[in-house]
Amino acid sequence: MNPLVQLAAEEEQNPLIPPIPELVIGLLAFVIVFGLLAWKLLPNINKVLDERREAIEGGMEKAEAAKTEAQSVLEQYKAQLAEARHEAARLRQEATEQGAVIIQEMKAEGQRQREEIVAAGHAQIEADRKAAASALRRDVGKLATDLAGKLVGESLEDSARQSRTIDRFLDELEDGASTAEAAR
Amino acid sequence: MSADPTQVLAFETDCHIFEGCGFPAPGLHSFLFKPLVGDGDSDLYFNKPMLLALLGSIVIIAFFWAAFHKPKVVPGKLQMVAEAGYDFIRRGVVYETIGKREGEKYVPLIVSIFFFVWMMNLWSIIPVAQFPVTSIIAYPLGLALIVYVLWVSLTFKRHGFVGAFKNFTGYDKSLGPVLPLAMLIEFFSNLLVRPFTHAVRLFANMFAGHTLLLLFTIASWYLLNGIGIAYAGVSFVMVLVMTVFELFIQAVQAYVFVLLTCSYIQGALAEHH
Repeated sequence: MNPLVQLAAEEEQNPLIPPIPELVIGLLAFVIVFGLLAWKLLPNINKVLDERREAIEGGMEKAEAAKTEAQSVLEQYKAQLAEARHEAARLRQEATEQGAVIIQEMKAEGQRQREEIVAAGHAQIEADRKAAASALRRDVGKLATDLAGKLVGESLEDSARQSRTIDRFLDELEDGASTAEAAR
Repeated sequence: MSADPTQVLAFETDCHIFEGCGFPAPGLHSFLFKPLVGDGDSDLYFNKPMLLALLGSIVIIAFFWAAFHKPKVVPGKLQMVAEAGYDFIRRGVVYETIGKREGEKYVPLIVSIFFFVWMMNLWSIIPVAQFPVTSIIAYPLGLALIVYVLWVSLTFKRHGFVGAFKNFTGYDKSLGPVLPLAMLIEFFSNLLVRPFTHAVRLFANMFAGHTLLLLFTIASWYLLNGIGIAYAGVSFVMVLVMTVFELFIQAVQAYVFVLLTCSYIQGALAEHH
């Protein structure tokens, strides 16, 4: 038998009229779902979500604190570095100045020592010359007198005459030396 | 089985085009099931939609149990998926319409309704089941009644008797002489029609969707003879297209159902309506 023919014979059921057993089963099925979710599962997950949010916020706070600390340490280091640079520059400046002063002092000292040495040399030379001159004068006078005595045969004991003659000779000698020097 | 007047599957008729039998079009009989257990004439029976409804509950419970019974602060994959669904309803629907402060205590109800409706709709395209439970009016109506009772009792609790009456009738003095008419219409539309439309919107969508799927499925089989094979191919493509479309509609209808629920609750809690 064709099922469609059989269907046509059946009483048409209005699809908008709910069959009571299905309504009951539907409500039951929903209440099971709602009951378990509301009683246990959703409170469970809510608790965990709250924990997670707290964990994340705590982590963020920690990170914030670490960042602030790092910032302050960095600033400290920067300040220290700037200070060190400043100090180094100051020391360099000071060293330069000190060096200049030392060089100046050394120069002055050197100059002074040189002058001292030169002066001492001059004095020595002068003294030597004087000593040499007087010794020479004495020896030359004696030699000349001896020589002249021998040559002339006559005693030149007369000291006045003697010394006058010697002096004249020596003066001539000196004059000759200075003119020779001037000519040179 | 083929003598069963209810739920005749197309291939059970073994009838093709050009073989002298008519097209076994889907109709109301496609939504009637012979009881699996018990007698269809009495109220003591158990049929396929009932089985699917209970199975659906078990599936939802199993899913959320697996995801949430021992939730971790650092979630696994399953927990993450379940959390995404939960959070979507909580933030995207409840907080958006009712607000966070007042809405928090309705979150479990709304989440349950959403996943229940969605699961019942999903049966439509799950092989072997292939029947949306919500295309039987009893199931959406049950949910709509729960929402209705909650909404009406909340309105009375929040506004008192006179306030609730004003709330239901949209009392607004500025309407002047039209006020009695407006109040009558509002009263009718809110208190009497609202649960009906709430349930029927879901029911009719799933009913129509299932009928369309049936139509193209039966046609694919019925046309499978001679030149009809070409048309059967087209019809089968339509089956695939409609299946994907239904997948979309199922989620949308579940979403619309809970969105309306929230807007009703919000209306009941609002100070001025």
